[in-house]
Amino acid sequence: MATERRVKTLIIDGRDVAGREDQTILEAAREHGIWIPTLCHLEGLTNVGACRLCLVEVKGMGKLLSACTTTIWEGMEVTTHSERLHRYRRSIIELFLAERNHICAVCVANRRCQLQALALELGVDHVRYPYLYPRFGIDATHDLFVLDHNRCILCTRCIRACSEIEGANTLGMMRRGIHNRVITDLNQPWGESPTCTSCGKCVNVCPVGAISQKGLSVIEGRKEHKFLPYLTMMRGARP
Amino acid sequence: MTRDELKKIGEAEQERIRKYRHQVHVCMASGCHALRSDKVRTGLQAEAKKQGREGEVLVKRVGCLGLCSRGPLVLEDQSRIHTGVAPEEAGTLLRSLGEPEAAGGEPLPLDHPFFKGQRKIVMEHSGAIDPERIEEYIAVGGYEQMLAAIIDMAPEAVIDQVTRSGLRGRGGAGYPTGLKWSTVAKAGGGDKYVICNADEGDPGAFMDRSVMESTPHQLIEGMIIAGYAVGANHGVIYVRAEYPLAIARLEKAIGQAEKMGLLGRNIGATRFSFDLQLRYGAGAFVTGEETALIASVEGRRGTPRSRPPYPAERGLWGRPTLINNVETLANVVPILKNGGDWYAGIGAEKSRGTKVFALVGRVNNVGLIEVPLGITLREIIEGPGGGIPGGRKFKAVQTGGPSGGCIPEASLDLPVDYESLVQAGSIMGSGGMIVMDETSCMVDVAKYFMQFCMSESCGKCIPCRVGTVQMHHLLEKMTTGSATGRDLEMLEELCDLARHASLCGLGQSAPNPVLSTLRYFRDEYLAHIDEKRCPAGVCTMGAGG
Amino acid sequence: MSKPKVATVWLDGCSGCHMSFLDMDERLLALADRMELVYSPLVDAKEYPPAVDIALVEGAVGNEEQARFVRLMRERTRTFVSLGDCAVTSNILAYRNPFPVAAIIERVFAETAEAPVQPGPEVPALLPEARPVHEVIPVDFFVPGCPPSADLIHHVLDELLAGRQPAIKNRFG
Ligand SMILES: Cc1cc2nc3c(=O)[nH]c(=O)nc-3n(C[C@H](O)[C@H](O)[C@H](O)COP(=O)(O)O)c2cc1C
Ligand code: SF4
Ligand code: SF4
Ligand code: SF4
Ligand code: FES
Repeated sequence: MATERRVKTLIIDGRDVAGREDQTILEAAREHGIWIPTLCHLEGLTNVGACRLCLVEVKGMGKLLSACTTTIWEGMEVTTHSERLHRYRRSIIELFLAERNHICAVCVANRRCQLQALALELGVDHVRYPYLYPRFGIDATHDLFVLDHNRCILCTRCIRACSEIEGANTLGMMRRGIHNRVITDLNQPWGESPTCTSCGKCVNVCPVGAISQKGLSVIEGRKEHKFLPYLTMMRGARP
Repeated sequence: MTRDELKKIGEAEQERIRKYRHQVHVCMASGCHALRSDKVRTGLQAEAKKQGREGEVLVKRVGCLGLCSRGPLVLEDQSRIHTGVAPEEAGTLLRSLGEPEAAGGEPLPLDHPFFKGQRKIVMEHSGAIDPERIEEYIAVGGYEQMLAAIIDMAPEAVIDQVTRSGLRGRGGAGYPTGLKWSTVAKAGGGDKYVICNADEGDPGAFMDRSVMESTPHQLIEGMIIAGYAVGANHGVIYVRAEYPLAIARLEKAIGQAEKMGLLGRNIGATRFSFDLQLRYGAGAFVTGEETALIASVEGRRGTPRSRPPYPAERGLWGRPTLINNVETLANVVPILKNGGDWYAGIGAEKSRGTKVFALVGRVNNVGLIEVPLGITLREIIEGPGGGIPGGRKFKAVQTGGPSGGCIPEASLDLPVDYESLVQAGSIMGSGGMIVMDETSCMVDVAKYFMQFCMSESCGKCIPCRVGTVQMHHLLEKMTTGSATGRDLEMLEELCDLARHASLCGLGQSAPNPVLSTLRYFRDEYLAHIDEKRCPAGVCTMGAGG
Repeated sequence: MSKPKVATVWLDGCSGCHMSFLDMDERLLALADRMELVYSPLVDAKEYPPAVDIALVEGAVGNEEQARFVRLMRERTRTFVSLGDCAVTSNILAYRNPFPVAAIIERVFAETAEAPVQPGPEVPALLPEARPVHEVIPVDFFVPGCPPSADLIHHVLDELLAGRQPAIKNRFG
């Protein structure tokens, strides 16, 4: 049984809200219907604070804080939307789109992609940074799934689902900086992975068109996330 | 090991050394070592034997003597230093010992400006004792403070001395050390850890390496004291694998201290136990960031995580952890020895004590210096630095490495303290100090550091991972003459983004070299952009079309 | 007062955006009353006119001729609109970008051709990469979509002809 948790009160965007002491700013905000954009966060997985879209201003703090990784405190005053935050968020979307080869028109995730949806939501109608056009491959060696590095935004949701939920630890990350790449096991082809259980959780948590089910075409990719909070609830523990 | 036993060891060692008429100290830290000072040492030893003076001349391995660019260095009887000594000169050098006319290498008196402007606290015993013999460290009072602390002092009293000293972290950010210690001390019971950050990744920096190679026991003693003060029984030194000599000496020192019962269970017959492990970094700059370092020690990928929670609250294995830099910890013993108030009397208002700098670039004397904080940049460059060679004009000094900035001539009288450097658009950093003259192009310098941050970015967060690539691209355009005014706007915008949106200090400070050069040398950027001209003549404009 | 002069241009693209333009169907007639289509794949004009009020550009900039042409257009055009993903993001044209041009020519004109040929001097040389139009010249409005719907194109033209700023909200793809 979960132990008794105390309640903290705070202000988000001028509204008085209350949350459990172990909640993050993001959780408290969502519970009160306040929208903060996110990409690397997914309910049911640990938070890593990688995409920086959920950055918020907290009064008295010199730095912006990622809402998904910051636990609330009593009397905290949070601003989730400001001209500056909006500007940063748009720039981040642009950096993502310029980083790899995002060609939405022919992408399996078209119209179901969270990056694409956020671009629309945040008003990104073009990318001001030069596209980097890297040369990345596609791993189609697995019987059921495909990993297209050209669409990957390195959010590590697949890696966390694989490790934290499935416990297979098949997926990982290699190299550094712009050369980061999701790998299976010790950088073997996915189809040869001795650890992958073919559970498909990575397919469902990938926010974009990087991991998809084989045989699906443009627009056909579908995602099912609800199993995550369900699983964590059934385990009786909060992530 | 009791205090009496310790005293006896020290006295026996002093006795041993006192027998010699001459002491010849051969620097065997990395700088001189690379110039084959080991050959000089064996040459001197063989020669002493040949001349039948083995009982009279002590040829000793010591740590860094500071003037690294002029090695191999040999210190004669605390009176003069022979620079650039060749092994073949061993004979003449030995024959000239104590003579008014020195021979062997190029001799420098110890009142040479390079040494005169310095004040040695961290490096007090550097170059004076053999780093590989614990007895020599004990002979200069080593481990006395540690035993005194754990036997006579309450942990709070130890922290109080450190707090009073005003010591601030030497790893870069300058966080008050006493405050950090008391936070960890107050953190809940159970296992706690002390980590020494010896990852030293700034290009051109070698302060920490020198401390580890020269006086490893001073660092170890500082760590034990820190452990006692904060209630930690386990210590980890995270040292980069590129420092084999430092690692070898630390390993040896840990073994020696354990053997003497100065490290391990029930130190000094008290109930306090402290063990120490070495962990090796695999050559990434970002693992110097504390949370990435901890991840690496735990065997995970060395990437940072967002703070809070800070390591003081949740660090190694989720336990409260004190993480301090090598130089910070090396200051602890002298502070306890002379008192926090003594230390607070040295240096500047909010930046107490001394700081070790790796002085490199266009100065006559390149090497490692230790100076009181509050000294001006001009005093450093013209004093120990010996001015700019070749009659060229000074242009800027870069401090803080890839996280720092360039300070122009107009600010040369700036006192070197944490706040002044930040106000000037740079940071103290870990102690790198690169002097540049008129032959350096500031846009090119900014590009160099951006290139560094770009290749060292861990890639976890997007503003740094892709932001640095985009910024580097814009700087590349500027240095090849294909940039427009719009590119400058974009650069400034990306600097703002990386600074405020990146997850860790690497990305947050990556724009600093650009921002500080833009602040003082905007003309130079504009010349590159508007006139397609590089005033320093460094960039080959038009190459990138 | 003369009617605003409008141009539509087809660069590296599949002409889908122009198809979408034509999909405005009967609304085209109403628009025709309010504007003069001075240059377009749909009209017979060889030269880009000296003064154009509104230009809609489909396609990425993929070769030297296109780069020269958009620069000329920009000089002669008041309001410049990137129409569709290829113009805005370079879209599928970007598929070739990670590969060297010589390798692409070799692949397309030699390896996979029944009768291998080499493109002659009359074919404009490919740029190293197909680029979005705004990386070559400044663009005033962006209409994402592959293709943008006829409704959206109508809205954009309708507003611009009325001297207002169009409110464009459409996803890539
Ligand atoms: C990218 C990055 C690299 C760092 N590298 C080092 C380093 O090499 N050595 C070090 O002591 N501190 C380094 N730091 C600072 C540490 O995170 C930490 O603040 C420091 O070790 C704390 O010790 P101090 O309080 O004694 O300075 C680095 C920080 C960042 C953001
Ligand atoms: S992953 Fe999303 S943004 Fe990228 S191409 Fe596919 S739909 Fe577009
Ligand atoms: S494959 Fe998908 S889930 Fe995994 S890191 Fe890339 S974008 Fe994220
Ligand atoms: S700022 Fe750079 S180094 Fe730090 S977490 Fe982000 S990507 Fe990694
Ligand atoms: S959702 Fe918080 S940083 Fe990505």
